Amino acid sequence: MEKEHVSGEQHHPIRVYLVVWGALFILSALSYFLDYFDIHPLWLQRFLITAFALIKAALIANYFMHLRFERPALVYAIVLPLVLLVVLAIFTMGEGDYVAWVRQFFFGSK
Amino acid sequence: MEKPSTLREIITDWASDQPTFRMSWGKAMMWIFLLSDAFIFGSFLAAYAGARLAATGPWPAAEKVFALHIGHTEVPLLLIAIMTFVLISSSGTMALAVTYGYQKNRTKTGLFLMLTVLLGLTFVGMQVFEWTKLIHEGFRPWENPMGAPQFGASFFMLTGFHGMHVTAGVIYLLIVAIKALRGVYDRLGDYQNVEIAGLYWHFVDLVWVFIFAFFYLL
Repeated sequence: MEKEHVSGEQHHPIRVYLVVWGALFILSALSYFLDYFDIHPLWLQRFLITAFALIKAALIANYFMHLRFERPALVYAIVLPLVLLVVLAIFTMGEGDYVAWVRQFFFGSK
Repeated sequence: MEKPSTLREIITDWASDQPTFRMSWGKAMMWIFLLSDAFIFGSFLAAYAGARLAATGPWPAAEKVFALHIGHTEVPLLLIAIMTFVLISSSGTMALAVTYGYQKNRTKTGLFLMLTVLLGLTFVGMQVFEWTKLIHEGFRPWENPMGAPQFGASFFMLTGFHGMHVTAGVIYLLIVAIKALRGVYDRLGDYQNVEIAGLYWHFVDLVWVFIFAFFYLL
C-alpha cells in the first residue's frame, strides 16, 4: 500500500483552499445572478442552479472535507448510500404531482 | 508494490479481520454521523419538493419574500446572499484552522477557529433577523399572506433545522477552539479533533448549498 494513502497524513498547501474558496464564491454569485436576472428559458436556469449546487457540494466534500484523499473504502461507504436520496426525491416529487392533481380534481383548489 | 485497483482496494479493506476504515474511531464515527444527517436533510428537501408540487395555491416568490430595502430600492434575496457568503467564508477559515492544526500551530489554529465561530454567530444572527421579520409579516408554518400555506412549513423546517445545526456547531467549535488555545492538543501531540470538528462544520455549509439553491433560488 502507498504510504501517503493513510488517512489524515496529507498536508495541503493553503493556496488550494483559497482557490476552492474563490470558486465557491463565484459559483454562488453566478447562481444568485441566474435568479436575479431571471435567465430564460426556465429549464436552463433551473438546470444551471442545480448543476452549480452539485459542483459546490463536490468541491466542499473533496477539498474542504478531504474526501478525495481518503481511501475508497470510506468514500464509497459515504457516497453510495446518498443515491437513495435521489430515488426518494424522485418518488416524492411524483407523489407531489399526483396529490396536486387529486386536489384539483376533487376540491377544485386548496 | 504496484497500486491496487480501486475495487480491489475496497474489497481488501472491507474483507477479513481488520478495521475497515484506517482512521481514528472519532473520525470514522463523525463520517457515519454525517451520512445519517445527510439523510435527515435529504428527506426534508424531498418533503419540501413534494409539498411544493402538491400545493394548489401559488408558491410565494422567494425573491419578493426575502427582499431587503436599501434606501428606496428593493434588492431581492440580499440577506440570503450575504448569509451564503458568510457561511462559505466560515468554511474557508475552518479549512485554514485544520491546516494549521496539521502544522501543530497552536495560536493560528485557535485564531482561525475563533474566526469561524464569529462567522457562524453572524450567520445565526442574520437567520434570527430573517425569522423575526417573516413572523412579523404573518408567516406561520400553516399559513402566510403570500400564497401556498406549504411555504411556511417548508421554510421553518428547513432553515430551522439547519440553523440548529449551525448553533450546535458554534458551541462545538468554541469548545474545540478553547481546548486548542489552552494547549490541550499540544499536550496530546494530536490536532485531529480540530479536523473532526471541521468535517461537521463543512457539512453544515454543504447542506446550506442545497437549501440556498433549492429553496431560495428555484
